[in-house]
Amino acid sequence: MVDLDVVSLSRLQFALTALYHFLFVPLTLGLSVLLAIMESVYVMTGRTVWRDMTKFWGTLFGINFAMGVATGVTMEFQFGTNWSHYSHYVGDIFGAPLAIEGLMAFFLEGTFVGLFFFGWKRLSKVQHLTVTWLVALASNFSALWILVANSWMQNPVGAHFNPQTMRMELSSFTEVLFNPVAQSKFVHTVSAGYVTGAVFVMSIGAYYMLRGRHRDIARRSLTVAASFGLASALSVVVLGDESGYTAGFNQKMKIAAIEAMWETEPPPASFTLFGVPDLKTETTKYEFRIPWLLGLIATRSIDTPVEGIKPLVEMAEGRIRNGLPGYVWLGKEGGGPTAEIPQDLESSMHDLGYAFLLKRIRPDIENASEEQIHEAAMSTIPDVATLFFSFRIMVALGFYFIAMFGVAFYLASRRRCGRPWFLRMVMFSLPLPWIAAELGWVVAEYGRQPWIIDGVLPTFLGVSNVPAKDVALSLAGFVLFYTVLAVIDLVLIVKYVRLGPQTEEELATFHAAPAPAQ
Amino acid sequence: MPMDYATLRIIWWLLLGVLLTGFAVMDGFDLGVAILYPFVPRTETQRRVLLNAIGPVWEGNQVWLILGGGAVFAAWPLLYAASFSGFYLAMMLALLGLILRPVALTFRGKFDSPTWRASWDWTFFVSGFVPSLIFGVAFGNLFVGTPFRFDSALGMEYQGDLFGLLNPFSLLCGLTSVFMLAMQGATFLASKSEGDVSRRAGNYGSLAAAMLIALLTIAGIWLAIGVDGFRVNGEIIKDGPSNPLLKVVARSRGAWLANYQQMPASFLAPALAYSGALGAAFFLRKGTAKLAVAFSSVSIAGVIFTAGCSLFPFLLPSSLNPDQSLTVWDASSSKTTLGLMLVVALIFLPIVLAYTSWVFHVLRGPVTEAAIECDEDYHY
Ligand code: HDD
Ligand code: HEM
Ligand code: HEM
Repeated sequence: MVDLDVVSLSRLQFALTALYHFLFVPLTLGLSVLLAIMESVYVMTGRTVWRDMTKFWGTLFGINFAMGVATGVTMEFQFGTNWSHYSHYVGDIFGAPLAIEGLMAFFLEGTFVGLFFFGWKRLSKVQHLTVTWLVALASNFSALWILVANSWMQNPVGAHFNPQTMRMELSSFTEVLFNPVAQSKFVHTVSAGYVTGAVFVMSIGAYYMLRGRHRDIARRSLTVAASFGLASALSVVVLGDESGYTAGFNQKMKIAAIEAMWETEPPPASFTLFGVPDLKTETTKYEFRIPWLLGLIATRSIDTPVEGIKPLVEMAEGRIRNGLPGYVWLGKEGGGPTAEIPQDLESSMHDLGYAFLLKRIRPDIENASEEQIHEAAMSTIPDVATLFFSFRIMVALGFYFIAMFGVAFYLASRRRCGRPWFLRMVMFSLPLPWIAAELGWVVAEYGRQPWIIDGVLPTFLGVSNVPAKDVALSLAGFVLFYTVLAVIDLVLIVKYVRLGPQTEEELATFHAAPAPAQ
Repeated sequence: MPMDYATLRIIWWLLLGVLLTGFAVMDGFDLGVAILYPFVPRTETQRRVLLNAIGPVWEGNQVWLILGGGAVFAAWPLLYAASFSGFYLAMMLALLGLILRPVALTFRGKFDSPTWRASWDWTFFVSGFVPSLIFGVAFGNLFVGTPFRFDSALGMEYQGDLFGLLNPFSLLCGLTSVFMLAMQGATFLASKSEGDVSRRAGNYGSLAAAMLIALLTIAGIWLAIGVDGFRVNGEIIKDGPSNPLLKVVARSRGAWLANYQQMPASFLAPALAYSGALGAAFFLRKGTAKLAVAFSSVSIAGVIFTAGCSLFPFLLPSSLNPDQSLTVWDASSSKTTLGLMLVVALIFLPIVLAYTSWVFHVLRGPVTEAAIECDEDYHY
């Protein structure tokens, strides 16, 4: 049964609004770069068909961009509205990349995107091209900083607990910035965005080819998108592998759950291509395994073991016990203006987060029984079945994209576009990158549970002290509101795709259409 | 240059004021135009003059709000946590408004149906009016005090609700904010348009400036005789840990004006607020709208620093347990983070200002009705 308390409601709201935001983000990331490439060709060759292409894809970009901005603003404030204890506890570290994102990326993006649309006549060709590149660059910057922030939640480096302020504080910004998780995450996520942009352009291009409309623009769009897409898809898969590598290092539980690996296997671990994880018996049925593969992905070696879920739970039990003395000391001495962590409690303080896990079970956690400690340790297992399947669908789509772009690239290099069945397949692939990306976030974020910051703060403690009915109200508001917006957005995109690219003259008459009667 | 913790905190208090001013000045153009939208234009073309006047710049302007949020998170995490969750439903309403704005602008012109346009017209007005009102109401509640307190682990408890926020003094502040932003939008619009639109914008702008002056005066008197202010008792430790549980606070009538008596230089802020509004009205009447924009912006800075100076050192006073109010001295992030963020801000703010000015320069000149009707570069 779903327990509709503040925690679940806030999680649901965050998940829905973030997943919704990420419907628009990858297209902005991919399309902005593709626009810049198309316009570069226009400036270099002077052929107006490339300018018309830029303007056409630019219109679709604009519709998508507005939705990206609108939904992003919600995200920015939700940490404060719904996760206030989280904001207090880690704001000292987490706030910095968020603020830098605003200063470095959003200003650049927001200021120049207006000129992209309004500046065609006011700027020289090269100036306008520069503006387009700046927009593309800025959206990538924004991805960088938000992913630095997000990666810190997965792998909280460069920070320490301060007993005087009862929160985590920054010890080294360079460690936060050069977090290995952030690097692989950035490349993987941005490449996923490029793939999305490329599939979008290819699929609409294929639609025009099938209809025999706008062949000029459609063929060129297919060519650009196929090459760009192939490079990006390779990068997603190669660096998705990198993502697994870092996850293997600092989030052992996540990788064990993705693999539904209950016991530690003698190295190198095998990869379960398919199976049905069964939580009750803690086994996986109907398995089909590929020997060695997991060990290679997760540890890059054949002799390091990949740990299984059961031994990891035992480890968590140990860390909970270790964290308890620190917690007790904090209750007595913490918050004082001169409180210092005693030397013999330093290791215990590292496991403070694990002790917090008991809070869900009883308020006076220092009196927890053995069973309760075990129960808390069991709660560190994320939802195995969801992770297992989400991950496999994402990976399968990754290989599918490589194949699709590969064929398209081969055809384009021979100046062909392919048979109708291939074009139809490309056209119907339109939703696939979104499915892969959303599932990717499910793996990354849902797989982090029960932690909001891995090993430091459990999700249920991060939440704001607001009445459940208020969160229920805002959640209902978002669902209603976002659904209406999504419908309108889709209708508009379909309308503009149907309308198709226009030449300069057609555009002039279209926009000068007589205003409706008052 | 090494700087002590207390100085960093003061600098970040000033920067908070600067960012809020940046937001109100820049996003004020868009919020104000949206507030004036039902009143100024009379025809479809005139409506499009308004939309296209802010069309190329609203996006960049809105980032001042986002940056404000990010900067409060990074520099004043307790303030970010307590205010946004404390004002939960009010914040959600403001967010709703802010989401509607980009959507209204983008969607409105994309179907040729009068009902379609009329609905988005209405939405666009709401997207300006509601956030303007709520931001003002929130500011008002800082003076009244908000009902939160902490437990010993700094977990926060909040006992208010949406209707508690809507007390008379705060509603007055809400209206003040609406007129202030309407004035700002009007000066911008007057400078970006010609003929009818510009003239009507000017008239509404002078009216808004006059209302601002009147409401500010009422609020000042009310603050002196009708609201209990807060004061820190005993010694203030300016470089102590950011823990709001370590001080004693007393409430008394008139305490919100105490800073002005102690530091007469702070009278500069209200002086700017009044003279800016007077100047804006004057130059709108004279038809030199660019100068009106400048004066209106000065007035906004004056209003924000007027509020800041009377609250100082308080950031978010608590009515439930005044001792636990958040102040400049005990709600900041660590010295490391404040220093780091200061360096980042000093590098990037000038760059941002430089390219923003360049973009406004490229887009200079009025948006005319004639151009709207024949130029496809007018996007909305
Ligand atoms: C990988 C990239 C990525 C991710 C994970 C996120 N965003 Fe995002 N965001 C972008 C990439 C992006 C973007 C590409 O820069 C957007 C999307 C469309 C757009 O217009 O800009 C954007 C827009 C956007 C805006 C509006 C910016 C503007 O006005 O220009 C805000 C305030 C946020 N985002 C905030 C967030 C927060 C708080 C997130 C975390 C929960 C988040 N985003 C996740
Ligand atoms: C836009 C891309 C993102 C998507 C699609 C996404 C997805 C999700 C999902 C599905 C959850 C719910 C997990 C659960 O409660 O079971 C979640 C939670 C959360 N995510 Fe993300 N996330 C994204 C980006 C981020 C980023 C960049 C951050 C931080 C900078 C972040 C911070 C959080 C927080 C604070 C929660 C709430 C606590 C929690 O439930 O873990 N997310 N996200
Ligand atoms: C062979 C192919 C792929 C592999 C091995 C792979 C691997 C991974 C892994 C391990 C994660 C989780 C990282 C974490 O927990 O922090 C992840 C996340 C993610 N994946 Fe993939 N992936 C693949 C293909 C794709 C494709 C095709 C897309 C989209 C087009 C995609 C989009 C994402 C996104 C958006 C995330 C969340 C952000 C992140 O955590 O990096 N992935 N991927």
